[in-house]
Amino acid sequence: MSLLSARGVTLSFGTTPALRGADLTVAAGEILAIMGPSGSGKSTLLHCLAGILVPDEGEIHCDGQRIDTLGENGRSELRREKFGFVFQFGQLVPELTAEENVALPLLLNGVKRAEAVRQARAWFPRLGLDGLGHRRSGELSGGQAQRVALARGMVARPRVLFADEPTGSLDSLTGEQVMGLMVDTAREEGTTVVVVTHEPRVAAYADREVTVRDGKVHGVSMETVGAS
Amino acid sequence: MTVPLTLLGLLEREPSHGYDLKRDYDAFFGRGKPLSFGQVYSTLSRLTRDGKVVVSEVGPGEGPDRKRYVITDTGATEVSTWLTQPVEPEPHLQTTLFAKVTLSLMLGRPAEEYLDRQRTAHLQRMRELTELKRSGELVDALLADHGLFHLEADLRWIELTASRLDALAREVTK
Ligand SMILES: Nc1ncnc2c1ncn2[C@@H]1O[C@H](COP(=O)(O)OP(=O)(O)OP(=O)(O)O)[C@@H](O)[C@H]1O
Ligand SMILES: [Mg+2]
Repeated sequence: MSLLSARGVTLSFGTTPALRGADLTVAAGEILAIMGPSGSGKSTLLHCLAGILVPDEGEIHCDGQRIDTLGENGRSELRREKFGFVFQFGQLVPELTAEENVALPLLLNGVKRAEAVRQARAWFPRLGLDGLGHRRSGELSGGQAQRVALARGMVARPRVLFADEPTGSLDSLTGEQVMGLMVDTAREEGTTVVVVTHEPRVAAYADREVTVRDGKVHGVSMETVGAS
Repeated sequence: MTVPLTLLGLLEREPSHGYDLKRDYDAFFGRGKPLSFGQVYSTLSRLTRDGKVVVSEVGPGEGPDRKRYVITDTGATEVSTWLTQPVEPEPHLQTTLFAKVTLSLMLGRPAEEYLDRQRTAHLQRMRELTELKRSGELVDALLADHGLFHLEADLRWIELTASRLDALAREVTK
């Protein structure tokens, strides 16, 4: 069943068209990779799906609800309650410890501090981060910081995890390790994942990939892939 | 090509019967393409003829597996040489992919759609190899990685070509 969909989504930044009628459907529990050349509109599409940007035209639906017509507050509540995010450069808050960073989404959802920290801590052994809870982001390696960011993205048990080039700042071995953990934890939690990546080896961890080109989504269904 | 040298290499570990060689070959190098006994014994008889192995003892009873094979100095030298030589780096300039793209453009067919389908097929295979890599043992994982890097190289070429189709079309249709 479809959990998330974009229909005819168009969006321009001033006179620069970023999306020109993008269509996409993501099934519940699916892990979808969005690929495509630089500047083709991948991040813009992700931001529209996640209720960060509002399209000029078209519709976005999530979980049976139309989300592009919601106001700023409605979208921000939706993001807090149903979505998790991982970006290319972890974007951890440097003043907070790793543990506090992971607890942040829970605190924003009104979970009491002690409980939030307890739930945040549970993610550290799960992602191979034992003993790193008290470090600040400047004291973590790139791969460790991205795993902390993954924990922060997953801690509030989102319906959908959005990730924009989550391995983009890592070497290929570390990147694959982060991607493997992302896929494993998403499957364990039943979380749907939309991951933007330009790396085929990372996309190969997903169930399916689509390509964005010139603001449109191109996905070849497997039926049309015959023998060569 | 590599079967005789691989069997020879396995014999350098220890003298073996054909049956043991087949079992070890299939386990480490077969990857879904096991050797037939016929292939093992015909290879061993050629290696014997060429003086690279000798039969050390013939056990009692019938059948080809009574023989135990031992590598000779000539055979061992050949294995050492083979193991130190790099494989010819293939430029792959005339691959099927290249031919299909170029012909499509020459014939005014939709090369971009072909590349899209090829990309999907490549990624499908990469998914299978990734799955194998994540569920299998280290030997499987290393072999899967070898395949993955090659497919990734093809995909890079596919992306680059996709972004230059217009220019390539002008080049091949003038
Ligand atoms: N905030 C913005 N202001 C103006 N133009 C923008 C903005 N964000 C994106 N664009 C433009 O929209 C188009 C699509 O950008 P987008 O960031 O979605 O591409 P992308 O596929 O994610 O690229 P990359 O792989 O380089 O991250 C580009 O032409 C880009 O320059
Ligand atoms: Mg981007």
